[in-house]
Amino acid sequence: MSPFALAWEQFRFERKLFWRNPSAAFFNFLLPLLLLVLIATAFASDDDELEVLIPGVAGMGVLATTFTALAFNLTLLRDEGVLKRVRGTPIPAGAYLAGFIGSASLNAFVQVALVVVIGNLAYGVEWPRDPLLLMLFTALGVVCFAALGVAFSHAIPNEDAAPAYTNAVFLPLIFISGVFYSADELPRALEVVAEVLPLKHLIDGLSEAIVGGSGDAAGAAAVVGAWALGGLFLAVRFFRWE
Amino acid sequence: MTPAIEVADLRKSYGSLEAVRGLSFEVERGEVFGLLGPNGAGKTTTVEILEGYRRRSAGQVWVLGHDPEVRDRQQQERVGIVLQSCGFYPRVTVREAVEHFAKAYPSPRDATETIALVGLEEKADTRTKELSGGQRRRLDLALALIGDPELVFLDEPTTGFDPAARRTAWGVVRRLKELGKTVLLTTHYLDEAQALADRVAIVKDGRIVAEGPPDRLGQGAARYRVSYLSNGRRVEHQTDDPTELLHRLTRDALARGERLEGLEVTRPTLEEIYLELTAEADAI
Repeated sequence: MSPFALAWEQFRFERKLFWRNPSAAFFNFLLPLLLLVLIATAFASDDDELEVLIPGVAGMGVLATTFTALAFNLTLLRDEGVLKRVRGTPIPAGAYLAGFIGSASLNAFVQVALVVVIGNLAYGVEWPRDPLLLMLFTALGVVCFAALGVAFSHAIPNEDAAPAYTNAVFLPLIFISGVFYSADELPRALEVVAEVLPLKHLIDGLSEAIVGGSGDAAGAAAVVGAWALGGLFLAVRFFRWE
Repeated sequence: MTPAIEVADLRKSYGSLEAVRGLSFEVERGEVFGLLGPNGAGKTTTVEILEGYRRRSAGQVWVLGHDPEVRDRQQQERVGIVLQSCGFYPRVTVREAVEHFAKAYPSPRDATETIALVGLEEKADTRTKELSGGQRRRLDLALALIGDPELVFLDEPTTGFDPAARRTAWGVVRRLKELGKTVLLTTHYLDEAQALADRVAIVKDGRIVAEGPPDRLGQGAARYRVSYLSNGRRVEHQTDDPTELLHRLTRDALARGERLEGLEVTRPTLEEIYLELTAEADAI
C-alpha cells in the first residue's frame, strides 16, 4: 500500500475509534454546542452579541477538537505504548500522523459547520458572508492548533497529567480570546496577552468570514500562520514515540 | 547468506551509565537465539537497538544485512517485534487490531489463522481492554507475526503467562522455527531458553558471560559433580574431567574391597550454570 493509502486507512480507523469513545465525542461536539446554546439563550439578547458569540464558539471548537484533543490523545497513546508499537511496524510516520491528525481536523470542520448552522437556524444569524474565507480560516486554524497540540503533548509528562495540562491552556485561552464576549472589553494587560496568542486572531478571521466588517483578515491570518509555523517546528523537532 | 543478526562490540551508555559494554554475537538465519540474563543486564537495550528504537553509542550492528539506525520501510516489513510492554488501541477487538496492522505489510498472513495460531480464536471479537495479561501478550505475538516476518524479536514474550499459555507460546516459537524464521528471544526463564533456543548467550552487566547451545553451555564454568555414600555420609567431588576422577574413585574402592554406594554423576543444570555466572561477585 502506498503511504497515501495507509494514511487513508489510518484516518478511517481513527474515525472508528473516535465514535467508539462516547465521552470524547461528547466533549468534542456537544460541549461547545451546549455552551453556545446556553449563552446564546441566556445572555445574547441582540444580534451584535450573537455575532460575537458564533465566531467565538467556532474558534473554541477548533481549539478543542485539534489542540486539546490531539495533545490529550497523543499523550495517552505515547504513555500506553501504542506509538511505540506503530513505530515498530512499516507504517510510515507521516502516514500514521496524517491519518491521526486528519481525523481531528475533520472534527474541527464539522464543529465549525455545526456552530454556523445552529447560529442560523436557532438564532437567526445570517449565513456566512464569505464561505470560502470561512473554509480558509478554519483550515489555517486547524493547521495551527493541530501543530501546537502535537507540540504541547511533548511537554505533558504522562496521561494522568494530560487533562490538567490541556485545561490549563484551554480555559484561560478561551477566557481572554473573546469567545463569549468581545475581547475589546478586556483589561489592557489581558488584551495584550490575547493579541500575542493565536486564538483571538483565528476568531477575528472567522468573524470576518461569518459576519464581516470587523477588520484585518490578512493581519489575523499572519499571526495564526506564524504560530502554525512555530507549532510545526516544535511538533516535528521534539516528537517522541515513547 | 549473511547472518540474520550480526552484533560486534556493541556499546550503549545512558549518561554515565553503561548499559551495554561490548556485546558481540551472531544469529544465523533460521536459528532461535536466546539472550538470557537477570533484569538490568542490558538485554532489552540490546534488542531495542536491533529493532531500531535506540541509537547505539559504539559498535557495529546489522539486522538482515541492514543498519537498524537507518529507518527503512522494506526492512520493517521483514521484521516482527514483540516489545516488553506496549499498548493497544483501547476500543477495538482482537480481530480489528490484527486486521488493521495487516494493512501495513505487503503480504500479510491471514488474520483468522494468525489469531488461531496464538490461541486467541475465542477472544477474536473481544475488545483489547477486556483481555487478561496473558491474552494481551498473545495479541502482541499475533501483531508481530501478522506481516509474516523473516525475523521475529521476542522480548520476554511469556512474562505473566499461566503454564498453559506458556506452552501455547512455546508452540508458536517452535512453529516459527519450522517455517524457517529467525527468532531472537530474551527471557529470564531458564526453562524457556532451554526449551526453545538453539543457542543461548548469558548476559550480565552488559556483557556476554557465556554462549552456546543450552546443553553445552558453561563447560568449564560449572563442573561435573560426582558423589557417593561413605559410611552413610554423602561425599561430593567436583571436576572438569569426570573420567579421570571416576577411574581413581572406583580403582581405590576396588582396592579396598568396597562398593561406591549411591554413586551419582551429574552434569550441572543450566540453572546452576546461570546462577554461577550471574552471581554477584560481592555476594561470595
